[in-house]
Amino acid sequence: MSLMSLTHIEAFYGSSQALFDVSLSVDEGEVLALMGRNGMGKTSTVKVMCRMLGHAAGEVSFAGRDIGGMPSHRAARLGIGLVPEGRRCFANLTVYENLIAAARKGAWDFNAVCRLFPRLEERHAQSAASLSGGEQQMLAIGRALMTNPRLLILDEATEGLAPVIRQEIWEAVAKLKSETGMAIIAIDKSLKELGQVADRAVILEKGRTVWHGPFAALGAAETDRYLGV
Amino acid sequence: MSRETYLNIATLAVLAGVPLWAWMADEPFTITLATRAVIFALAGVGLNLALGLGGLVSLGHAAFFGIGGYAMGILASHAQSYTPLIEVPFVIEGTKSMIVIWLVAILASALAALAIGVLSLRTSGVYFIMITLAFGQMIYYFAISWPAYGGEDGLSIYLRNDFPGVNTLMPMQFFGLCFAILCLVLVGMNLLQKSAFGLALSAARQNETRVLSVGMEPYKLRLVAFVISGAITGLAGALFADLNRFVSPTMLSWQMSGEIMIFIIIGGVGRLFGPVIGAMIFILLEHVLGGLSEFWHVYLGALLLGIVLFAKGGVIGALAGREKAHD
Repeated sequence: MSLMSLTHIEAFYGSSQALFDVSLSVDEGEVLALMGRNGMGKTSTVKVMCRMLGHAAGEVSFAGRDIGGMPSHRAARLGIGLVPEGRRCFANLTVYENLIAAARKGAWDFNAVCRLFPRLEERHAQSAASLSGGEQQMLAIGRALMTNPRLLILDEATEGLAPVIRQEIWEAVAKLKSETGMAIIAIDKSLKELGQVADRAVILEKGRTVWHGPFAALGAAETDRYLGV
Repeated sequence: MSRETYLNIATLAVLAGVPLWAWMADEPFTITLATRAVIFALAGVGLNLALGLGGLVSLGHAAFFGIGGYAMGILASHAQSYTPLIEVPFVIEGTKSMIVIWLVAILASALAALAIGVLSLRTSGVYFIMITLAFGQMIYYFAISWPAYGGEDGLSIYLRNDFPGVNTLMPMQFFGLCFAILCLVLVGMNLLQKSAFGLALSAARQNETRVLSVGMEPYKLRLVAFVISGAITGLAGALFADLNRFVSPTMLSWQMSGEIMIFIIIGGVGRLFGPVIGAMIFILLEHVLGGLSEFWHVYLGALLLGIVLFAKGGVIGALAGREKAHD
């Protein structure tokens, strides 16, 4: 049984339809790459999973439970951890405070996050606003991990970061996959880096699922047609 | 230690030192002024939790201040007239015990804050301000039209309530009691600000959606903060009524809410000692300028304008710098 599944999802912003018959699923321990060019519905799909955007038709289920009518904070408590686009840490709190403000009981605590991202331990007393972009991204991932999620959603986690920092973050994602068996949905534009961790891929175009399958089966024809690379 | 910590210690030293000097110099009125400042500070600490940490601009906090005051007034008036508060279905007598009065004041104002918060916190911005104001005014007009407890004229209490081991009629001892409560509440507030709850509340003020995405509900965080905030302000109201041995609907008026908010802004919104410094300045201005002119609020307004325009962190911000992330 899939951990998270969207079935025939239709979603709107006001009267404007953003998602048309989107279906996807991710299993425990699996990394799913959610791909598509800008404005194709990736973030809207994530919002539907996190219950930040309601759906007009279809079904959203998590761990075998229909979460369609659930408010976002309750969905998060079930084990959906979101690392949002643009990082958005709590700038008025320190690194440590950002992490403990969101903490829930489980294997992921402050020390475990610091083992994954040692920079955060060095900067624990600094305000989140004073961190570099890469460090803020690590903090955003750490904050999501502190909720001890079963599914981690990374929305453009490495966008705008220096190559060395991107590599550090992808290494952490690989570690999460191999050591914790956590399900991960990763949205990113870098095929090469996604390829290091992703088991399967789903491509969205104009709000529709146009391709899905094993990441290794993603060929030049698909990437050229749907991703423009 | 940070500059703000030094400033906080100095503030407490002045607040305790002035009445101590007045006691030695036999100036009981100055002790009463200091007690008034301490009680206002306590009311401000309550509102500051909602306003500073939660970002909730409540114009109805006088309701809790007044409810605390009336809790004292009603219980003490029945104790002084030896008449029971209610007889059916069971007898509840009035009391002169400060501890019981404080508990009732805290409970009554917390319940009122819960009822008001449940409805008003579903809104935000100007609607929240207006709803809290409307609730405050409803309670104000209810007190005015409640003849059993003095209506518009208020309720005079001819006794000072009792606290074990303290002669509450002695101004210095009553000051000490109020000062000890303020210190305890400040310690509690400091712990609360650094707790996961306080951090989450602060985070919700900054980004509600992000807080939802990590599984916390801003509405509940704010409701809990609003109830604690109302309870502290209610406790201050009970002490204020005891200080004056008088309670009237003025304690419930929107001007009272405004005054508490004004001195918090003067001291520093969201700063632990902002309400304390603000209350001290407010009482000082009220005493000094109030003696010179009936229209002393004009000068208070000018000060507020200056603070808002040139020192956004209030007096603490101007003296100790902008707030840093907690460490």
